[in-house]
Amino acid sequence: MFASLRQWIDERFDWAALIAPLREKAVPTHSLSYWYFLGGITLFLFGIQVCTGILLLLYYRPSANEAFESVQYIMTRVQFGWLVRSIHSWAANLMIFTAFCHMFSVLFLGAYRKPREITWITGMLLLFLAMGFGFSGYLLPWNTLAFFATKVGTEITGQVPVVGHSLMVFLRGGEDVTGATLTRFFGFHVALLPGLTTLLLLGHIALVQYFGMSVPPGVEARRKAFPGEAREMKFFPNFFLRELMAWYIALGALGALAAILPWELGAKADPFAPAPAGIRPEWYFMFMFQTLKKIPAKLWFADGEVVGILVFGLAGLVWLLLPFFDQAAGKRGRKLILGAGIFALSYIVAMTIYGYMSK
Amino acid sequence: MDTCLNNSLSRLLIGFLAMATVGLSAVRAQAPSTCLDCHGALDPPLQVTPAQFAQDIHSQKGLTCANCHGGDPTKADMDAMSKAAGFRGKIERKQIPELCGHCHSDGAFMRKYNPSLRTDQLAQYKTSVHGKRLAQGDSKVAVCIDCHGVHDLRPANDLRSKVSPLNVAQTCSRCHSDAKYMQGYGIATDQYAKYSASVHHDAMTVRGDLSAPTCSTCHGNHGAAPPGTDSVKNVCATCHVFQALMYDKSTHKVAFQSIGLPGCVVCHSNHDVTHPTDAKLGTGPEAVCMRCHKPGDVCDQARAEMLADLKQLDGAVRAADSTLATAESSGMEVSEARIEQDQARDSLTKARVAIHSFQTPLVEQDIEAGLKIAAKTQTEARAALAERDRRRRGLGLSLGIIIMVLLGLRLYIRQIEGNSGKVNTAI
Repeated sequence: MFASLRQWIDERFDWAALIAPLREKAVPTHSLSYWYFLGGITLFLFGIQVCTGILLLLYYRPSANEAFESVQYIMTRVQFGWLVRSIHSWAANLMIFTAFCHMFSVLFLGAYRKPREITWITGMLLLFLAMGFGFSGYLLPWNTLAFFATKVGTEITGQVPVVGHSLMVFLRGGEDVTGATLTRFFGFHVALLPGLTTLLLLGHIALVQYFGMSVPPGVEARRKAFPGEAREMKFFPNFFLRELMAWYIALGALGALAAILPWELGAKADPFAPAPAGIRPEWYFMFMFQTLKKIPAKLWFADGEVVGILVFGLAGLVWLLLPFFDQAAGKRGRKLILGAGIFALSYIVAMTIYGYMSK
Repeated sequence: MDTCLNNSLSRLLIGFLAMATVGLSAVRAQAPSTCLDCHGALDPPLQVTPAQFAQDIHSQKGLTCANCHGGDPTKADMDAMSKAAGFRGKIERKQIPELCGHCHSDGAFMRKYNPSLRTDQLAQYKTSVHGKRLAQGDSKVAVCIDCHGVHDLRPANDLRSKVSPLNVAQTCSRCHSDAKYMQGYGIATDQYAKYSASVHHDAMTVRGDLSAPTCSTCHGNHGAAPPGTDSVKNVCATCHVFQALMYDKSTHKVAFQSIGLPGCVVCHSNHDVTHPTDAKLGTGPEAVCMRCHKPGDVCDQARAEMLADLKQLDGAVRAADSTLATAESSGMEVSEARIEQDQARDSLTKARVAIHSFQTPLVEQDIEAGLKIAAKTQTEARAALAERDRRRRGLGLSLGIIIMVLLGLRLYIRQIEGNSGKVNTAI
């Protein structure tokens, strides 16, 4: 059957010629090759998000009166609804986690260097979009925690100088978090962000294919010194099958998390109720939230929170343009960026743990 | 005749003085007051500090010392306190209610300051035990300043006020718990101690429910008097409406009335009302029925039946709660069953209220409704647990398949790499 199908395709599209680039593509093999899987795992989790998101769309209703009930219905009445919703929530978190790991692996292995600057920029933009997916999706079940976390999150946006208030009103669809915010966030989550992500993702993958896998500077130097030791494996099927194994492991982990620790729904949001104690954002915003919480109210003559937001904004911009700083600073650039990477990673981990430990 | 004339004259005099001082106050409200210059530096009881008086609601509304005490506070020396200046000095206790009432009973006057404040305090006070005894010449009884304070008087809705719901019991207890002070009145002095151990006190101080009963809720405030035997039920019924309705249907109502027993208090006591438990219907130390009824009589049988019903529903609700908690801790979504479970709990509460009718069919009606709901939620909770187990079995199967696929892939990779030589080919 497969042979006749293959023949049918061959007669029309010349299948062999189509997959020839894939057959020719090779992946460098060295002691750090395992880091190459992270991008693929993130892509796989994104695929899971798209599939489960589409399934959730069949029942989800984006209004303040129906959102919570519709998610409750999905979890209790719809066949395998609980699995789809739990996998969607867990995969979202795992995807952001693997995206962060991917970003730091690229940073530490120097894969952002010339000629891959644009690949880095598209990757960073994809990470920002993934966080946007997380922020907008968190509100959609319209439960108490999500409601107040969104209130706090959008309030922080309102602190941005000059455009802050307008930005907050745009995000909320008014002065306060209401049903209008939910509808708006739903629009961002299922239309705007997926559209932008698809475009950037296609560009990112095309660039990865075009430039091939980067070899870390240390390994590259050794390869130049001992050309006979340089190894590579075919992308298809050798690397692809290994990647497939990683996807299966991710799928198993997702299934286990969804079955053993189903994602909680909580209580329906009540805009008139006082904010419950211990309102926290999702873990990937925790380091920023904790910093803004601990920053003094006044820093010299400026508002502490505004300074914090500006510093994070600036840091994000610098991170986005990191490859260009590497080139500008010459030989010292690489060391400087490695130091900045270690500092950023330590800061994110420490502040996240501090955020969860403090009351 | 002479007494009557004297009374009329003294009232006229008080009224005149009060009117004069209030009238003057309007002119002097903004004028400098020298009273506190001296009284701020004096020792108690003559001491009134500016800080203390600034907290007083009257002071905040622009009234001055002269409004009550007369005199001319604009004068700097002892002329301020001369009789010529209308100085009245310390107000006698028996004159205090009339002095306060002069303004507080004047609706037109009070409207200018607080239109929502009642103006019948003096009239009510005169009907109270305190008011009646004061009229008889007993100056030990409470007058306005004993409860409300003086010179630092705060409105009742200020939590620091002596008459705010949180402080009323303590304020009353200052006299009513003082055995020496209360000597000769022939009433107990353990009310506050008992009230402090009551469910009402708990509701007020622990739960912070300011609508919970305190002394004035049952006894009245300005018209304070002990509720009579016939009115006890009505007093309790202001809050416990449904219990009172059920009690009206019971045979106890007539029986208690005929022998002069004070309704609710017979079973629940008065100041030390504790949280009622089903044990009150039992035969143990907390039991109340068997104080009057004989074991084995018709009422005892009905009691045992109602107690068994309550226990059955309570047990069913607890069992369903426990299963739901297990399901919830396993991550199962059972919020709908939780809401239904609240209805089962409501039925149990209703059944406990229906006990006051002492009619088993009325109690059983709520018990049956509750049992039906508890059985449903128990089924839903068990279904959730069964679903949890199904999911775990499904997970085990899926993981098994995934592991098989992984092994297959690994073997396939080894096979193809074995066929094509080394996987890592030299460049």
